[in-house]
Amino acid sequence: MFQIRIHGRGGQGVVSGAEILSVAAFIEGRHAQAFPSFGSERMGAPVMAFCRIDDKEVRLREPVLAPDALIVQDQTLLHQVDLFSGLPVRGYILLNSVKSLEELGLDGFARGVQHYRMCTLPATELALKHVGRAVPNAALLGGFAAITGVIKLPSVLAAIREKFPSAIAEKNVAAATEAFDMAAKGRETIDAQAD
Amino acid sequence: MSPQEQPVKFYQTGTFTVGNRLLAENQRSVQADMHRTNSLNSGHRACQGCGEALGARYAIDAAMVATRNQLIAVNATGCLEVFSTPYPETSWQIPWIHSLFGNAAAVASGVAAAQRALGRSDVRVIAQGGDGGTTDIGFGCLSGMFERNDDVLYICYDNEAYMNTGVQRSSATPPAARTATTPALGPSPGNVFGTGKNVPRIAMAHRIPYVATASVANLRDLERKVRTAMDIRGARYIHIFVPCPLGWGSMPENTIRIARLAVETGLFPLFEARDGEVVSSTPIRHKLPVTEYLSLQKRYAHLFGKEPDLARIEQIQKMADRNIEEFGLLR
Amino acid sequence: MLKQTEGSHAVAEAVALCRPQVICAYPITPQTHIVEGLGEMVKAGDLASCEFINVESEFAALSVAIGASAAGVRTYTATSSQGLLFMAEAVYNAAGLGLPIVMTIGNRAIGAPINIWNDHSDSMSMRDAGWIQLYAETNQEALDLHIQAFRLAEELSCPVMVCMDGFILTHAYERVDIPTQQEVDAYLPRYEPRQILDPADPVSIGAMVGPEAFMEVRYLSHHKQLRALTLIPHLAAEFQKRFGRNSGGLIRTYRSEDAETIVVALGSVNGTIQEVVDEMRAEGSRIGSVSISSFRPFPLAPLREALRRAKRVVVLEKCLAVGLGGIVSDGVRKSLSGIVLNGYTVIAGLGGRAITRGSLKRLFEDAERDELEQVTFLDLNADVISAQLERESAARRTGPTAEAILRRIGTVASSIG
Repeated sequence: MFQIRIHGRGGQGVVSGAEILSVAAFIEGRHAQAFPSFGSERMGAPVMAFCRIDDKEVRLREPVLAPDALIVQDQTLLHQVDLFSGLPVRGYILLNSVKSLEELGLDGFARGVQHYRMCTLPATELALKHVGRAVPNAALLGGFAAITGVIKLPSVLAAIREKFPSAIAEKNVAAATEAFDMAAKGRETIDAQAD
Repeated sequence: MSPQEQPVKFYQTGTFTVGNRLLAENQRSVQADMHRTNSLNSGHRACQGCGEALGARYAIDAAMVATRNQLIAVNATGCLEVFSTPYPETSWQIPWIHSLFGNAAAVASGVAAAQRALGRSDVRVIAQGGDGGTTDIGFGCLSGMFERNDDVLYICYDNEAYMNTGVQRSSATPPAARTATTPALGPSPGNVFGTGKNVPRIAMAHRIPYVATASVANLRDLERKVRTAMDIRGARYIHIFVPCPLGWGSMPENTIRIARLAVETGLFPLFEARDGEVVSSTPIRHKLPVTEYLSLQKRYAHLFGKEPDLARIEQIQKMADRNIEEFGLLR
Repeated sequence: MLKQTEGSHAVAEAVALCRPQVICAYPITPQTHIVEGLGEMVKAGDLASCEFINVESEFAALSVAIGASAAGVRTYTATSSQGLLFMAEAVYNAAGLGLPIVMTIGNRAIGAPINIWNDHSDSMSMRDAGWIQLYAETNQEALDLHIQAFRLAEELSCPVMVCMDGFILTHAYERVDIPTQQEVDAYLPRYEPRQILDPADPVSIGAMVGPEAFMEVRYLSHHKQLRALTLIPHLAAEFQKRFGRNSGGLIRTYRSEDAETIVVALGSVNGTIQEVVDEMRAEGSRIGSVSISSFRPFPLAPLREALRRAKRVVVLEKCLAVGLGGIVSDGVRKSLSGIVLNGYTVIAGLGGRAITRGSLKRLFEDAERDELEQVTFLDLNADVISAQLERESAARRTGPTAEAILRRIGTVASSIG
């Protein structure tokens, strides 16, 4: 079983992101479970969503406490939420940011004891570029597919097309595809960092 | 002019009606018809002189004619429901359901929706309840039914208190009236002035297709209004004034007389409204002072006696005068 | 057809396949997506001969359903928590009148304090109203149970509540198999009412019944539920034959045949429990679990058979009999009447508190050593409790309790579990 935890703020498509991810896994013939966790506040409040992917039925119903991968849609959460809770050694972290890990001052953290496989991706910028809205979820899923290989890009794109009406879907597909290409280039570096 | 064309003006005096046999068949009341459905059959357990039993029979029989007997009735908890269905008997000759106190309007909406789902556009629905079930506990559901414009005629039989449970005050209880929870004691005996709801006006504020007030003293007017209502699709409301001898402390034989006095004093104006605007009102032929009406009822006895409460009687008179002015009842 | 979709949506599709004729509901979290889904289908013309009514309160919702059902059409509504309480009078009324309404409960805690997250306090509050209560473990079961529910309700002339955990199931995306219309039609025939408001054959429904007959009327509704104890497994077996899935029934056992410790629970938490059972079995524990699918009627005999050879039974419930302890435990204890074994009540997950694998494993291990209290509140923060009790004994004007506790905990949604 592969567990993903997505952190973001209300309005950034965190919950949809987890849902699309689960649909992508379904398209590949796998079992997937996606569900949200949020408070009763509205836009802008911290939100989490979880996704589990497995080859057999997922019976577990607890929040994802030990994610294999973390997707952080909003870097301001770094200081607000205990984001890295439960992430194991060599866990993946995909952080939405225009800055590199060095610029964020996180490269030491990433290369530290936990050997996290961490990288940044300018997902919001890609979303603005292709979709015209600052909703980074589709791009982050493209990046996720690239760095973890847990899900294939065509599945992510098919899932996006299922979720959104066609005009918006194609724009998100473009964002996800560019994100995939960007992240794929950096994959070797991430893996090397972790070793 | 032939006898059929000549307009017949007749007036009801006392409790005697002008004989129907003098009228053309199509002018006769439903109640005068030997073949009326008698939807609320005899044998029910209402008090002697019950205005509500009269009102219900008048209204439902008229509705049955208007719908060619394709009618379903939904009843709120209350006197009518209790006295018409004393276990194990029922006096209803039509399909009838009693659910709860406050939900008659909603249940009726459901019955109406079912008829649409079944493609039965010929079957119509009436919801009925007393003032308690309509103006208070049933108010939310009533407003919902109005607002959705559900195809339901809601009839309120207003005897101005919760009679079934022992004469407690409702938001339809008029000022100064004595009830078990507004006793004739203290500096403001009876119900407090400045409280209460006028549901016909509230119904009009919803701009539903048809709102009317009616009285058991005006049989033909009541029947006409029910039949008018049944010609319309959408939310409709008829508010019928029904004296309660037990609760009002009046003589059973005075029920119709008291109902007529309520109209003739101006306290209970008879009118019709469509889409929120008054379209007709029944003029008062001979205005009477409210004391004629009040003095027949023990629930107002504290206003009379050795030292009559002239101030309060005057306030009630002002209410009547205001109605007369607003509806132009003297013309 | 296999689909990856939200639980609410799966239920909406299942209800639509049952050919409802009147749907009415009032919005309340977390049931809203079900009704919105159905509303869209009706508006788009996908549901033939179905009326969708937006009502002004939950009390109105069930009242409209009562009217429609009494008029002889298949009727559906949904609610949760406060909404269920607001329609409480109508809940009893529908059962008393014998109307086969099917209602989804998106299980949610009841306030005060106001809480939108999952527990079973809502449906438990209506457990004795005369409705049949079925609990779904997964979204697949949730959708399957609605199909079985209409059939069950109409055969018995008894309303049925299908309970599914709010957010955990309603808002979870999962793989589900949605049946075809033909499959559902073959299982669920046209509704033939036992009673109907019909001008062609007038009846009076809902008259007063006095002391001379009330006992008998009530016994007959009790009898209906006793009949359901046979009918529910029968319908589930037929469902299995036609749809190929084991959904519904009275109880379901998991590795309990030779278990010394058996955990009993309702709803989605059973998935997590089964994971822990597997983990502990691999370590040598003789542990198993039982999922109660039909809570009303309460499956006394099957439970007795499943539990009687165990050394101990742990009842894990998402509800609380305030001042007493467990609600489900009471029924379980009754089923074990005369049998001596250790019974433990664990109150867990109230108001959406996560029930974790880790906590359950520790709990079950304590149970195996019989080191559990009679009643345990799982993962209770003892510091918070004692701090509040101290405050209360130190001063009179301590202010609102819930708010005082929240101040100690910190912001919502900043922690994971």
